[in-house]
Amino acid sequence: MIAFQIDYSDNVATALEELTPGTVTLRGDASEQTIEAVTEVPAGHKIALCDIASGEDIVKYGVVIGRATENIGKGNWVHLHNIRSVYDERSSHLDAVTGAPKDTRYE
Amino acid sequence: MESRKELKDMRWMGYARKNGAKGIRNRVLVIYTVKCSEFVARQIAEKADSPDVEVIGFDGCTDNQYAVNLLISLIRHPNVGGVLAVGLGCEYVQPEWLSKIAADEGKEADWMFIQEVGGTRKAVEQGVTSVHHMLEMLKDTPRIEMGLEDLVIGAECGGSDYTSGLAGNVAVGRFYDRLTDLGGTAIFEEIVEAIGLVDLLTGRAADEKAREEIQYTYEKALEYCKSVRQYSVSPGNFAGGLSTIEEKSMGAVIKSGSRPIQGVLKVSVPAPKPGLWLLDSTPDPYWMQFGITNPNDNEGLMDLISCGAHLVFLVTGRGNVVGSAVSPCIKITGNHRTFEHMKEDMDFDASPVLEGQCSQDELAERLAVMVAETAAGAQTKSEALGHREYFVPYKYQEKEVGKKCACQQ
Repeated sequence: MIAFQIDYSDNVATALEELTPGTVTLRGDASEQTIEAVTEVPAGHKIALCDIASGEDIVKYGVVIGRATENIGKGNWVHLHNIRSVYDERSSHLDAVTGAPKDTRYE
Repeated sequence: MESRKELKDMRWMGYARKNGAKGIRNRVLVIYTVKCSEFVARQIAEKADSPDVEVIGFDGCTDNQYAVNLLISLIRHPNVGGVLAVGLGCEYVQPEWLSKIAADEGKEADWMFIQEVGGTRKAVEQGVTSVHHMLEMLKDTPRIEMGLEDLVIGAECGGSDYTSGLAGNVAVGRFYDRLTDLGGTAIFEEIVEAIGLVDLLTGRAADEKAREEIQYTYEKALEYCKSVRQYSVSPGNFAGGLSTIEEKSMGAVIKSGSRPIQGVLKVSVPAPKPGLWLLDSTPDPYWMQFGITNPNDNEGLMDLISCGAHLVFLVTGRGNVVGSAVSPCIKITGNHRTFEHMKEDMDFDASPVLEGQCSQDELAERLAVMVAETAAGAQTKSEALGHREYFVPYKYQEKEVGKKCACQQ
């Protein structure tokens, strides 16, 4: 299993294929050779490279792309369920798997 | 340091223009000034039978300052050595004045009205003779040594997939760092795809004026997105693994690299000094509903070329076939399957970095080599296939950042 880290200062890496709990090889500008996946992570989604406390920045590309809304353990899936945008409130209410909006009524 | 020295040593012979500019191609533009003269212009270019002759033009009879500015910027472009402007005879856009601008720049220049010449056959005949004469004259264009520091390069992305933000755009960004360190000029586009990154962009401003320009341009783009109700993020992006608009935007903005941003360029305005520049192609306020910001990839490429880009990058995960008039286009993909599947069209494979076969920095070096080879005259895939797309639309945009349009003054 492989994940890709873009910048040395990132605290997340992108899964190049679906990850299941176990050892994941890190490519790109990675500080470690491997990371132990704790949860499943879909392809294209992010895995935490270290423990990230609630309220801490999520760093990818060497820049802040969001903020943790709960404590995220090293090796966990990082997405809408545990981080939010600093700018866009709405995207934090989207379904974590499908991305579908949960705040629009279909009546 | 060692690699920078090597990049510095990449030299080739360009074309010395009489106005002092250095070009990497020696093209003749046949420009139609209204849809009615397009057919004749195309016939002239076809019968001239040279890869250096290409057609551009503007469809509308009623003129538009933005479109005229765009045509003029292409006439003044360093890759262009000659211009034949072909008008019908009753349109607003004036071929004689376009030809005069070319002549004032020291370029081969000619113009005609089809109504005066006497119809299709005679106009095509006269046009072919004129273009052949220009090609003869351009054979004597003096050559001059060039290096990466002389280049202006533009980049945009389109048809993105998850590899664009991981490999294709990253390779461009790292190359841009090297290019601007050497004293070259790099331009990146798509402010509407930078929503959520205002602090990052203003934080990279080279000085206070640049900061103000970026802030103004960002707010204008945000207003534009609100007014047309089009943000560039969708449920499909989230399902694909992007969690925030900042993350999506960063995948596009990463192609700007990491160096300070010197300021904002409007369409058809050359960079006043080397370094990294942000291009604003969004319509100006009041006229915002008139003219869509990025209707297609060729408009983006044309905008970059209008600012003097000798060469343009198109980063596309899904693949594309287009090229451009005036400047060669290097098409980059981070998706190995796309590269293999569309090998006859795609120029640069950025996927080895995802396969773990090279580092991001090695990839940027490989891109630099391809840039130098292309600048030295090697044809890109789209050039060899004869792609010469262009896009000159109606739009309202002032040349200065933050300037009010005439109707507001």
